[in-house]
Amino acid sequence: MTLALGKDLIGLEYLSPEQIRLILDTAEPFKEVSERAIKKVPTLRGQTIVNLFYEASTRTRTSFEFAEKRLSADTVNIAAQGSSIQKGETLVDTARNLEAMRIDMVVVRHPSSGAAQFLAERINSNVINAGDGKHEHPTQGLLDLLTVRDKVGKIAGTRVCICGDILHSRVARSNIWGLLKLGAEVAVCGPQSLLPRHIEQLGVTVFRRIEEAIAWADVLNVLRLQLERMNAGFIPSLREYYRVFGVTAERLARAPRPLVILHPGPINRGVEIDSQVADGPHSVILHQVTNGVAVRMAVLYLLAGGRPDLAEAAKGGREGGE
Amino acid sequence: MSAPAGRTTLLDARAIAAALDRMAREIMLLAGDPARLVLVGIQRRGVELADRVGVILERQHGAPVPRGALDITLYRDDLHEIGPRPVIGETRLPGDLDGKVVVIVDDVLFTGRTIRAALDQIADFGRPARIGLCVLIDRGGRELPIQADIVGQSVAAGPRDRVDVSLSEVDGRDSVDLVRSAAP
Repeated sequence: MTLALGKDLIGLEYLSPEQIRLILDTAEPFKEVSERAIKKVPTLRGQTIVNLFYEASTRTRTSFEFAEKRLSADTVNIAAQGSSIQKGETLVDTARNLEAMRIDMVVVRHPSSGAAQFLAERINSNVINAGDGKHEHPTQGLLDLLTVRDKVGKIAGTRVCICGDILHSRVARSNIWGLLKLGAEVAVCGPQSLLPRHIEQLGVTVFRRIEEAIAWADVLNVLRLQLERMNAGFIPSLREYYRVFGVTAERLARAPRPLVILHPGPINRGVEIDSQVADGPHSVILHQVTNGVAVRMAVLYLLAGGRPDLAEAAKGGREGGE
Repeated sequence: MSAPAGRTTLLDARAIAAALDRMAREIMLLAGDPARLVLVGIQRRGVELADRVGVILERQHGAPVPRGALDITLYRDDLHEIGPRPVIGETRLPGDLDGKVVVIVDDVLFTGRTIRAALDQIADFGRPARIGLCVLIDRGGRELPIQADIVGQSVAAGPRDRVDVSLSEVDGRDSVDLVRSAAP
């Protein structure tokens, strides 16, 4: 059995439980690197990484950039705005031009589901999916898993409910795959119009009322309600959404056990979550952000090795200290 | 895989204990003032050895000897050749290293590349007054100009031979074995 990740990270759907655990275990020592006075190790010295972002992002792009820099890689950021992408260059042409400049990895965010896979099949560089349409956001899923493991102590058997717009959410999809693979009990909760049909078939419980979810769960992962969903008619109004599905201090006070509250950010205060909860003792939102850098360092490190055969060989037997 | 041609024991439990006693004395001579000493073990068995030497010194001098651990995986120069290690061990260094005498402790000194990586890593944590190197076994075969200040035992091992250090904390027993390779 090979534990290496292969060339690319496209989604948690395509990883084995052992591979997911390998990433989480590898992230642990990287947490410590970010606590040092000199927050840098020379591991990826000489590697060139392009962050290719076709959608706006602050948190994810900054987190990847910190992860890359703390591993001593050279990084270049390309945003769709103000680049040749605006002149009509295709994704593959952009990536092939970058490859011609001898890069090693591409971190890509794209509004189309499947864009990361499409790119991975067409270039030799490692491709890391930083969010593709409604498909997956694997590093967010991984950092959520790491945070659940840190805060609850385990993932297997833990009850996690993902709340909000499941239909349009790549974060929800990556979370569902990762949590199920590691043996968590998973539920979703949100308005009927924002739940994918037949989602129960994945092995996920569906709650129609947030009160039921709070009574059941150990962990709530509260998704951001994208404001454009209201204009598209998925929900009647933001106030209505907050009244019915908002995670509020009053509702949490009735929980049978202390809950851990995750949110991938950016937060809409007073829509999916109230400020008292977001800033309160149950919230681990900033711990998620810290873990994001460690998880991304682990993914970059594991992909950079890239030679599963040699990684296996290196594992065989002790080497007498060298 | 060819079968090992032969396993000989270089050090048994008693010999390891005697070697560590002597190494502890030599570390004190090197450090001078015990208050300036920091022992840094290299993951994995160097950490256990540093701990044992630390206990000996604490018994003799009655003062705590600060200890740290280094995992040099992220400072290796062959990531692209061997691929990532499955699990990276803990790195923890006790407080400020500036002005201290840091003694690196490892089980086996071979090519010197681990020590090169450890020196780079320590430099990222501070500027010790002096860095020394203490190993249980020096097996020869250096690829870099690095030598140990303190050696438990030297042995001339071939490049394909193996030196197995077993420590009770990790392996359930204390012994150092040389396993000669059958291959030419």
